[in-house]
Amino acid sequence: MITRINHVSIFVLDQDSAHDFYVNKLGFQVHTDVSMGPGKRWLTVCPPEQPDLEITLMAIDEGMMFTKEAAKIMRDLVSKGTFGFAVFECRDLLATYEELKSKAVIFTKPPTKEFYGFEALFKDDSGNWFSLGQKEAK
Amino acid sequence: MKAESAYPKAYLYARIVLAKLYIDDHFSENIDLNNISSQANFSKFHFIRLFKKAYGKSPHQYLIKVRLDHARKMLKAGHRVSHVCYTLGFESITSFTALFKKSSALTPAVFQQKQFLLEKDQHQKPLHYIPACFAFKYGWLQKSNFEEVI
Repeated sequence: MITRINHVSIFVLDQDSAHDFYVNKLGFQVHTDVSMGPGKRWLTVCPPEQPDLEITLMAIDEGMMFTKEAAKIMRDLVSKGTFGFAVFECRDLLATYEELKSKAVIFTKPPTKEFYGFEALFKDDSGNWFSLGQKEAK
Repeated sequence: MKAESAYPKAYLYARIVLAKLYIDDHFSENIDLNNISSQANFSKFHFIRLFKKAYGKSPHQYLIKVRLDHARKMLKAGHRVSHVCYTLGFESITSFTALFKKSSALTPAVFQQKQFLLEKDQHQKPLHYIPACFAFKYGWLQKSNFEEVI
């Protein structure tokens, strides 16, 4: 029986830039950052209140998971905003929206009441988009 | 519809966020939280209530959290416990140690020692920190010459 998920991946165009975005703008914490030799870096971050869920910021580079052609296609798809890899949660959407906006995070949808909840959409530095929702009060 | 018009009390949130960002930027100073609330044009009670709703902590609790987060970073970077304590604005080593232990379940010195050991281990055996499926997919298990180039 599968009980938990402990790693998920987000494909990024540049790991240094992604590190800055996820750590300094979103406030995530670095879990593991180890060099695997030239051009190989294992970089994972965690949401502040979820230290056991590692998000791997996976570089889209030839010779890693991708062939040259596949890397080019994947980089193109990511930068065009094809992928929505996750739904994030916060305690107060309006406050989080204001804070992230002040840090120049790009929102494609402001906080909006939908039938399924209170939601905004934003993009990371690579072009991946995410839903940001507010945890419902119990 | 513009984002600013999507909710009527945006200006309240903007002021709370400004206060939070002020704490983020000035955490090591002797911050007067009363002063922050008055600068944000809130009564102290209203300010604390809104801040807690947004961040789950009172401004004072949040300030302590930010200081402790930075303490962990400085300890990882090798700074001495006493230097970390006074640089971040804690009143004494005793109060710093007590707050740190309550937050991390370790004293600052033990935390630092464990971090050094962890970093050394990660440097020597990076594959131990990567799920095997990723290492296999990347060929790191078959062509693991990275140990020679680190």
